[in-house]
Amino acid sequence: MDISTKNAEAPPPLSPPTEAEQKRAARGATRPGDRIFLGLSRGSGIFLLVIMAAIAVFLSYRSVLAISKDETSFLTTFEWNPTAAEPSFGIAVLVYGTVISSIIAMVIAVPIAVGIALFITHYAPRRLGGTIAYVIDLLAAVPSIVYGLWGALVLVPHMSGLYGWLDDYFGWTGILDWQGGAPRSLFTVGILLAIMILPIITNVSREVFRQAPLMHQEAALALGATRWEVIRMSVLPFGRSGVISASMLGLGRALGETMAVATVLSPSFEINASLLDPGGGTFAQNIASKFSEASEMGRDALIASGLVLFVITLLVNGAARLIIARRAEYSGANA
Amino acid sequence: MKLQRKNRLRALSLGAVAVSGALALTACGSDDTGGGSGSDGGTTAANSSIKCDDAKGQLLANGSSAQKNAIDAWVKQFVTACKDVQINYKSEGSGAGVTAFTQGQVAFAGSDSALKPEEVTASKKVCSGGQGINLPMVGGPIAVGYNVPGVEGLVLDSETLAKIFDSKITKWNDAAIKKLNPDAKLPDLKIQAFHRSDESGTTDNFTKYLIAAAPDEWKYEGGKAWQAKGGQSASGSSGVAQQVKQTSGAISYMELSYAKDGITAAKLDTGASDPVEATVENATTAIADAKIVGTGKDLALELNRATKADGAYPITLVTYEIVCDKGNKADTLAATKAFLTYIAGEDGQKILAENDYAPIPEEIIAKVRTTVAGLS
Repeated sequence: MDISTKNAEAPPPLSPPTEAEQKRAARGATRPGDRIFLGLSRGSGIFLLVIMAAIAVFLSYRSVLAISKDETSFLTTFEWNPTAAEPSFGIAVLVYGTVISSIIAMVIAVPIAVGIALFITHYAPRRLGGTIAYVIDLLAAVPSIVYGLWGALVLVPHMSGLYGWLDDYFGWTGILDWQGGAPRSLFTVGILLAIMILPIITNVSREVFRQAPLMHQEAALALGATRWEVIRMSVLPFGRSGVISASMLGLGRALGETMAVATVLSPSFEINASLLDPGGGTFAQNIASKFSEASEMGRDALIASGLVLFVITLLVNGAARLIIARRAEYSGANA
Repeated sequence: MKLQRKNRLRALSLGAVAVSGALALTACGSDDTGGGSGSDGGTTAANSSIKCDDAKGQLLANGSSAQKNAIDAWVKQFVTACKDVQINYKSEGSGAGVTAFTQGQVAFAGSDSALKPEEVTASKKVCSGGQGINLPMVGGPIAVGYNVPGVEGLVLDSETLAKIFDSKITKWNDAAIKKLNPDAKLPDLKIQAFHRSDESGTTDNFTKYLIAAAPDEWKYEGGKAWQAKGGQSASGSSGVAQQVKQTSGAISYMELSYAKDGITAAKLDTGASDPVEATVENATTAIADAKIVGTGKDLALELNRATKADGAYPITLVTYEIVCDKGNKADTLAATKAFLTYIAGEDGQKILAENDYAPIPEEIIAKVRTTVAGLS
């Protein structure tokens, strides 16, 4: 079996590779299988870019149609009435509602999710951990409309107690002041969204924590660290970028959640200083609730608001990538 | 290790059972059991009067969700009599219905509001040689439903209603409400006024009433989208009804059929000798007071919202079927005519009251019948 005669391109043993061969090796495509795979993967990558560009073009085109007819400022108006004689619609309330409800959801969900993930990987007996992990997985399988119905029928009627308590102790802050309306506010939406994004953050964090190098942990234990110190010194720093990515996945879901928000929130085009007062709205909820009865013009206006959500989501994902890139030294890929 | 795998399997199968159970449940949920509840009694009587002629084929329609239950009841009767016809009414909303009509996708559209001039122009492309016309077929009172413990038979007038929905009256024991209800025990309770969060013909009709009857208190332009600030909102008539049921001190507007089970409909002090109740008969009386504003074959109505006639309930919605006067598609014309003839007929109109809708008064529906007979 003489390799060099069978495959003329294989470098002769012990001689340094030529420049051309180095280039080819760098490209990684020498044999037909490689070339086909390279073509396929490159094609998929380009296809993705084309899809994104097509979505952006569609959204921009329809948005321009609508915004050019808007009689008021699209970015700062607190009103939505595209069918009026002087069409007027603005996204100020929607930006506020989307961002605030997502922030509330993140503030509640991330610490709990990280706690559950740490419990599953480092504290719980294996069996219990496994069971909890499955239950959390099942949470992710519940359709969002079911969360919406549960929220409207169970969560909202039971929120008054918490609202009263918050009003009693934190009412002076202004942002947790409750006027006694039905608890169908951005705060309740935030709690519901937190439950919805919990599984994805928990699962990804769990996988990352599980991969924390055992040697680091054992080394810390050997130095006399407690379990919490092990987690603080070796697991959390290692898992930080993973937890950030997981949170961003969850944030993506919170930003785009539609049906659950539409069912639970009492939407209005007003911004209340207090998070506990009903009102506000999110992009996805507004599109879902207004689309069916909207006129041609109204649909374009809704699509314009969708474009803004698209941009916000892109910005969030970009920011997450930047944060992760800055912490690359901790990432699992380098360990 | 083996033990663990077994556990894993068990958990997996448990999960599978849960998921498939959920799937089975959702599959059941999507079955539409139909809305025509009270209409079964009249089956045999109604069938005899339905003339199928040579109607056959599939009739596509789209539009207002306010008349969905009426259409469901009609379709149930009609297709039992005319087996060759299938009717598919999608209740995607008036806007979607009119759009589908002007694009030629449907045989007729249902709409809460008459065609606008530009929509009539657009319809000329679809109706060769003709144009789209509005045929009033269904009326319906919009009840002002409230949930105030211990208060029955609440009376309100247009100005008080406008102030309540504009957040200018915020307590149930406000002097303005007390004046209208001297005998009622009004509690010191916050008023929680709910409006629709989606764009809706119900909102349009309710605010049209406020604009016409309380012009000094209601300064908004009107339309399908709610404009006043303040108050709370929910999606769909069922959504606001649900909130009124749940919330003590709540008030909202909804189609009459939703104002039940813990929701009381307020009476309206219109200036007539007695406060008017939201009933099907009173809605029909109000429609009888309407002007026909359509020209030619078009029968678009304009209600007299500021009416003071006895027993006329002015917060009333009229929904139209929109068809071409000339140039309907040949393959659906026979079926369209047969169906519209039936629903405009005596039996068709009679079924409405059983479903909490108001029949169109005799004088107007007679014109509708003549117009339907002349469709080509």
